[in-house]
Amino acid sequence: MSDVRVDVAVDVAVVGAGIVGCAVARELSGTGLSVALLEARDDVGDATSKANTAILHTGFDATPGTLEARLVRRGYDLLSSYAVDAGIPVERVGAVLVAWDDEQLDALPKLHAKAVANGYLRGELVDAAEVYRRLPHLGPGALGGLVIPDESIVCSWTSALAFATEAVHRGTTLLLGRRVTGVDVGADATVLRTSAGDVTTRWVVNAAGLGADTIDRLLGHDRFTVVPRRGELLVFDKLARRLVDHIVLPVPTARGKGVLVSPTIYGNVMLGPTSEDIEDRRDTSTTEAGLAFLLGKGRALVPDLLDEEVTAAYAGLRAATEHADYVVDLDAVQRYVVLGGIRSTGLTASMALAEHVAGLLAAHGVDTAPRGGLPPVPRMPTIGEAFPRPYADAARIAQDPEYGRVVCFCERVTRGEIRDALASTIPPSDVDGLRRRTRALMGRCQGFYCGAEVTRLLAAGAAGERS
Amino acid sequence: MTPGEVVADVVVVGAGPAGLTAARELARDRRVLVLDRESEAGGIPRHSDHLGYGVRDLRRVTSGPAYARRLVANALDAGAEVRTEATVTGWAGERVLEVTSPQGRLVVRGGAVLLATGARERPRPARLVPGDRPAGVLTTGLLQNLVHLQHRSPGRRAVVVGAELVSWSAVLTLREAGTETVLLATEHERGESYAAVRATARLALRVPVATCTRVVRVIGHDAVEGVELLDLRTGRRRVVACDTVVFTGDWIPDHELARLGGLDLDPATRGPRVDSALRTSAAGVLAAGNLVHPVDTADAAALDGRHVADQVRRWLDLGEPPPRGARIVAVEPFRWVAPSLLVPGAPAPARRRLLLWAEDSRLVPRVVARQDGREVGRRSLPWPVAPGRVFRVPWSLLERADPLGGDVTIGLL
Repeated sequence: MSDVRVDVAVDVAVVGAGIVGCAVARELSGTGLSVALLEARDDVGDATSKANTAILHTGFDATPGTLEARLVRRGYDLLSSYAVDAGIPVERVGAVLVAWDDEQLDALPKLHAKAVANGYLRGELVDAAEVYRRLPHLGPGALGGLVIPDESIVCSWTSALAFATEAVHRGTTLLLGRRVTGVDVGADATVLRTSAGDVTTRWVVNAAGLGADTIDRLLGHDRFTVVPRRGELLVFDKLARRLVDHIVLPVPTARGKGVLVSPTIYGNVMLGPTSEDIEDRRDTSTTEAGLAFLLGKGRALVPDLLDEEVTAAYAGLRAATEHADYVVDLDAVQRYVVLGGIRSTGLTASMALAEHVAGLLAAHGVDTAPRGGLPPVPRMPTIGEAFPRPYADAARIAQDPEYGRVVCFCERVTRGEIRDALASTIPPSDVDGLRRRTRALMGRCQGFYCGAEVTRLLAAGAAGERS
Repeated sequence: MTPGEVVADVVVVGAGPAGLTAARELARDRRVLVLDRESEAGGIPRHSDHLGYGVRDLRRVTSGPAYARRLVANALDAGAEVRTEATVTGWAGERVLEVTSPQGRLVVRGGAVLLATGARERPRPARLVPGDRPAGVLTTGLLQNLVHLQHRSPGRRAVVVGAELVSWSAVLTLREAGTETVLLATEHERGESYAAVRATARLALRVPVATCTRVVRVIGHDAVEGVELLDLRTGRRRVVACDTVVFTGDWIPDHELARLGGLDLDPATRGPRVDSALRTSAAGVLAAGNLVHPVDTADAAALDGRHVADQVRRWLDLGEPPPRGARIVAVEPFRWVAPSLLVPGAPAPARRRLLLWAEDSRLVPRVVARQDGREVGRRSLPWPVAPGRVFRVPWSLLERADPLGGDVTIGLL
């Protein structure tokens, strides 16, 4: 795609098609504005958004009064409701913060008070017996807990795809494989120089995640530096899912939320993340030390987990900055909005951030009133384990036998779903993209049985597209 | 819409050597339905395109694909029905299976159910090998699917992890695909597998073998650029450049269905616990092949299939309760033993052999069985113990063990 140079002129250019950029493009293309969504990679949601812990946060533990606290809280409601319309899987599994020593036990009432200050009133302090009633497989030594019944798990992949798909249906020009290399701010228009053509735009929205500071500097600012914070994660086999029914959170420290154990929306169990500031913005390696640390944590948290197989080990990079809060600012002279330091809470806050950007633009005289005749919300394929999937849908198979043809056995992905993904509004560009759309190849065998067949279908689909 | 219902005397899950051989034996006098999720029956041998198959069961030496075709033909000729693209997704009751297929969502009810779902190699994540996640990291299964079924090429320079029989199978496949194996790395002190295979392979294939060596990192962001190796004796590390890494062996049974059905598991094999009649803890559910001994050769799995047929008939005719008896437990240097339940009145296992898997080598092994604090059997065997392959011990080792007593341990003197 990126070998084709296309020059484009729009009202708003959103740089970065992660979860936040996709949400902003979706929001703004629902107005009278013309929108382009630029992404350096070949797919949406393909950098920091794809390796999120995928928790839909109530925002109970945010710092009260911050922009992050407000947008997470608002974003929770927006995304919860959008998820129902778009078919994004969400499971309200609830979280239990577990105290393992006296200091942590003393911190729980303060956290409870913080939740109240954040407007979250359903938190509940519980004793050790109640913790073990809710988490019978938890390791020994828990002293008490704080239950947050509304913390949820969500599919971050489907979220980004749904936003981007709806944005495209609303007329957004999606420009994949276009890295912004230069910015010329003129009196009436800004020209974004990219690796494949120029984009002329009136407004620029910088949602470039790990690259947000680089783009910001191209516009002459020096407000923040992104320090990639690497988080390594282990995903355990689906057979471990019975061991963990809620998100198990540690009592947070200054360095983030610490190591958690959580069910995943795909029916696995996730353990992580580690937290390590690194320099290389591409370095998503796992490490011997990181994996050993996680196994140690896992052994203490849920000992039986260690008897199960590890299905995946990966690392994500969080876009941390030196600022404690999100950096969101509008420069009226440059007609430029920056969204910096949107860390892992950005998944929850994404739709609220988009709404906030629209508000900032409106305050500067941009007409962001919704236009009529918008297409319906796209209905995304269901890849959540707790939701009806094609392989188990007798009526659907009777209508179309391709949904009865299981290709990826571990994840029970059918040929019909792979076909649909290849024919979708934003088709995958590679195996990872197909995995994020269908779950193909993300299971316990990692392609031992189906890897060759899935990659063949992907190649055949791409060939069909070309011909 | 209600799913269609299918009924058979015997439902076999998995059309590999064990399942197909059992189907052939049973189809002579029973209605047998074999279910396989692949588009073609035959199991793993379908894509192991080299000689060495069929020695013990068909009494001939043939290639994997030819062997698979023969087993399918034998089962069909005997009257078994073999359904491919039929994925068993769970249980709908005792001996009742939920199945997804292009013909619809089915409920399949068997008088008996035989699980023969085989085993797979642990992929890289399960081995916790750190590094980034570039393309070019395979298992033997994926490699052979790519090369033999789809005629595609992996890279140019490969490192093969493991030195079991299957590792050499991977080397053969790589050579056929035009990929050079630059190193075979094993954590064991000696290359595993049979000495004869090893020597021939080393000479004929000219592949360097690094023993006591662990792969500790995969290097490369988009594509594999190399692996970091740790010498377990010296602690020294080095990097070997390659564009393909094949993780071989380190088998785990495909036990999902067994576990979903609540069958007792053997913690050592991770497969369902079976007695010498291959009966599991669920009435009328039996298990055979590499699901219960991960892994033995294909012909040994096939002979399991032959052995289990009489036990299936016995269940269909007599309906005995699930087996109860003394557990058989492997101790160092053995990792697992199969079968792992000693039951009064049960027949000897297939080929009258206990199967064991070792972590260590021993040239002149003296096997000893103990129960309730005393020795109940001892054998000196003229064949060696070696990691990466099954070690066979005569069942008569346990003739003095008490099926109603405590755990029977099997180890070496």
